[in-house]
Amino acid sequence: MSELTSQKIPVTVLTGYLGAGKTTLLNRILSENHGKKYAVIVNEFGEIGIDNDLIIGADEEVFEMNNGCVCCTVRGDLVRILDGLMKRKGKFDAIIVETTGLADPAPVAQTFFVDEDVQKNARLDAVVTVADARWLSDRLKDAPEAKNQIAFADVIVLNKTDLVSKAELAEVEARIRGINPYAKLHRTERCKVALSDVLERGAFDLDRILEIEPEFLDVGDGHDHHHDHGHGHDHHHDHSHSHGGLKHYHDEEMQSLSLRTDKPLDATKFMPWLQNLVASEGQKILRSKGILAFSDDDDRYVFQGVHMMLEGDHQRKWKDDERRESRLVFIGRELPEQMIRDGFESCITT
Amino acid sequence: MKQFDPGEGASIASITDKVRPLAVGMPVSSVHFLGETAIFVGAEENAAIVNASGEISRVVIHGGAVLCVASDGARIVTGGDDGKLVALNAKGEVSVLSTDAKRRWIDNVALHPDGAVAWSAGKIAYVRSGKAEEKFFEAPSTVGGLAFAPKGLRLAIAHYNGVTLWFPNMAANAEVLEWAGSHLGVVFSPDNKFLVTTMHEPALHGWRLADNRHMRMSGYPGRVRSIAWSAGGKGLATSGADTVIIWPFTSKDGPMGKEPAMLAPLQARVSAVACHPKHDILACGYSDGTVLMVRIEDGAEILVRRRGNAAVSALAWSPKGALLAFATEEGDAGMVEL
Repeated sequence: MSELTSQKIPVTVLTGYLGAGKTTLLNRILSENHGKKYAVIVNEFGEIGIDNDLIIGADEEVFEMNNGCVCCTVRGDLVRILDGLMKRKGKFDAIIVETTGLADPAPVAQTFFVDEDVQKNARLDAVVTVADARWLSDRLKDAPEAKNQIAFADVIVLNKTDLVSKAELAEVEARIRGINPYAKLHRTERCKVALSDVLERGAFDLDRILEIEPEFLDVGDGHDHHHDHGHGHDHHHDHSHSHGGLKHYHDEEMQSLSLRTDKPLDATKFMPWLQNLVASEGQKILRSKGILAFSDDDDRYVFQGVHMMLEGDHQRKWKDDERRESRLVFIGRELPEQMIRDGFESCITT
Repeated sequence: MKQFDPGEGASIASITDKVRPLAVGMPVSSVHFLGETAIFVGAEENAAIVNASGEISRVVIHGGAVLCVASDGARIVTGGDDGKLVALNAKGEVSVLSTDAKRRWIDNVALHPDGAVAWSAGKIAYVRSGKAEEKFFEAPSTVGGLAFAPKGLRLAIAHYNGVTLWFPNMAANAEVLEWAGSHLGVVFSPDNKFLVTTMHEPALHGWRLADNRHMRMSGYPGRVRSIAWSAGGKGLATSGADTVIIWPFTSKDGPMGKEPAMLAPLQARVSAVACHPKHDILACGYSDGTVLMVRIEDGAEILVRRRGNAAVSALAWSPKGALLAFATEEGDAGMVEL
């Protein structure tokens, strides 16, 4: 599986609300001297100031799969464009899909789950969301699309940090963490972020669902921020103060839910439970991920999902010195928390 | 010319030793005969022209990927991601028929026997008839496929949730045949009575044109990418399963209420089909590189090519049916004279 995965072309989905700075980031990716060639699927021709014969205009055409599931929507234009691009294999290293500011990232991600030909040739690498530090808090109140994009993200580029005060920055970060504590967050001005922080993330690679700890727990270890040399001081300053009084927001609509147990799960109960859960509540669940320890099974089982679509596999043997702990994360809208917790509990072997 | 003879042996007959390998030197996406000359269309940039004596010459047709091809027997016309619509004849003469002003991809192309050409870029379908006047039609969503009706200047435009039937030379409103889903390819039956689309999901959809009655043809494990009408339009042979599936079209109801024939089962997915122009014989290629000839009547098989590394992506008979050409995604190509 890993060998095959590595031959597939990685696809990065670049999203973000209107004016957040997607095009700035895209221009940086294309103009930086990294020795790689990207095919870019954009919704507006002409905004990219770089000459590249692998820039393709798309129409964001979403259609419902004929399987009776209303949220099984896919981007038909992507299926077609990826099909055409695969004829030029070897001419580019990776693909970037830019969505419009008002787009829901789910149909893009789902295209990679349901289309056989797309799956054969390409793999979803990560959803990268560019957010405007100054306006995001407002947009989270009035634009459901902006909230969706934050909830869906694997990587959040919090841009235009120079336009806000430290207090405002802390505020907007807390709001982001209230929705999605798991995404990697980078603070930037003019989208100055190391490209390795947004590309080749492997966020959808089952083999790399190793850590699903909330990202804010690691804050302050310096690891995530050493790329932003210009801000280093500010950030360290911030962290040292804010740990005690870190604002904690709970978004009323969009939340994440984390479950864990160190008792083994019963696979014959867990699998049907998870499948039923995403079948009945999948419209609310944007993303799901898990590392699972089943009774009578020496392998770690990993899964991930987008709305009602799930994929999972045995990953590897549990190591001797590793805690056999099951961890699950759901990010979604109005998640029925108690029902999920109770259901999960009932899958634990007694 | 010898008549095709499938033989009587209990084990599968083989003509693999009669195949002439062709070093076309590029991944191939389709092959077409112009008379006795075979044109192998590359996945990008080039076409390889193979004449009756087996000489190969390469010509550049596009500055990027070749996205679509149609043939009317006298020329092939291709659309590319360079925004160009290009014609190529058996002599190797290339002419640019159209260049998209915005360099949009030319996604689909269709040819009419009277010389008209249709192509599409995004939602716009264009038609240029013999007199060189150009007309266009904006579909409700990106065009998935184009086909001219066998009679009259009528164009079927496949898109999301159905097909539009457009008469470019008439003022009347276009007719829409609706069916939910994404329709990627479209063909008329040779008798003009049925219209069939290949869908994004693993299924075909059809309409009887007299009353627009629906025909659902499903049950495939994978998307149907290659379809071909058998001689006289009696059946529609399709890829997408581990057998060749042939839907019967001999009655006025088409395949409705009937079981399809399932021929030539193999432990691999059928990736290409091509029907003999005169006899009830077809050729089929598989995802493992195997090529077979199959007699439709009883399913008798002849091995043309043993399995190889890559899927068979191109398959065609010459107009008289004496030559069969094939090629794979990785560029292994061959021709056999029967």
